[in-house]
Amino acid sequence: MNLSIPVDVPLQAYLVLAAILFCTGVWGLINSRNAVRVLMSIELMLNAVNINLMAFSSYIDGQLIRGQVFAIFVITVAAAEAAVGLAILLSLYRNRETVDMERFNLLRW
Amino acid sequence: MTIASFTQWICFLALSAAVVVGSLGVVLLPNIVYSAFLLGGVFLSVAGLYLMLNASFVAAAQVLVYVGAVNVLILFAIMLVNKKETLAEIPGLPLRRLLSGGVCAGLFLLLLRVDVTTPWAVPGPSPAGDDATIKIGMHLFSDYLLPFELASVLLLMAMIGAIVLARRDVYTVDVITGENADQALIEKIRTPLLVETAPDRNPALESTR
Repeated sequence: MNLSIPVDVPLQAYLVLAAILFCTGVWGLINSRNAVRVLMSIELMLNAVNINLMAFSSYIDGQLIRGQVFAIFVITVAAAEAAVGLAILLSLYRNRETVDMERFNLLRW
Repeated sequence: MTIASFTQWICFLALSAAVVVGSLGVVLLPNIVYSAFLLGGVFLSVAGLYLMLNASFVAAAQVLVYVGAVNVLILFAIMLVNKKETLAEIPGLPLRRLLSGGVCAGLFLLLLRVDVTTPWAVPGPSPAGDDATIKIGMHLFSDYLLPFELASVLLLMAMIGAIVLARRDVYTVDVITGENADQALIEKIRTPLLVETAPDRNPALESTR
């Protein structure tokens, strides 16, 4: 029984997957009313970017793998961003007793 | 990775289905705790995709940092701010969702078009495979040394900033003993500073300030 498909997974398939993930993250970022969900959407978008970097690193830059180094830096920055974002959220919750994005309008004209 | 194309396709399709369904669940589910756990699933599936892309070190870093740290941090944040509140109705919310959905679909179509029409320079040089970890180490200590050191400074700044932002300031001193009063008890009776409809403040607490 020969089930082997002659074509490997192409680069484009990974890029389409990353595009879907990124657009889902953008939609969630715009439409979430819970501030924690906004932070989760940002993490989704960062992961989509990382998938792109890794796909390019494996398919186009196979020997120097600069994409993997960049992905490590993105992961570092994402960790820092999550820590600071959640600390801001916590202090915001302590002052306003809500996590509703529509009510965080203190600086809005 | 040197596995058969058929196996590769099966792994890719399963992982990408998990990523897409999980991310939709993160965005759409009404219960935020389910969203947080699905986010962990998405992170794990993305780590599996990294393994398929010859990046074992970054896959391990993804599991350690995202699933082990960021996701746990998000779960703790949900536990700390989890209060049942009825969200006020916003006029024109379905229209807003539809419009933003249209914008996101347009963005996706644009990305898809770029993806299909660009002549990618594939196949490039053969992937490094298991030597990737060694090469990453070489990069980090030669041509990416400055960003590497800056990343450590950034992490230190983020840590200090998070502590400063999230700590509770001690407002009150016990009048009899002169010690700091229990902050949690005070915050239970204290009216938050910026709530719009501020009810009457507790006069007993006000006098101790």
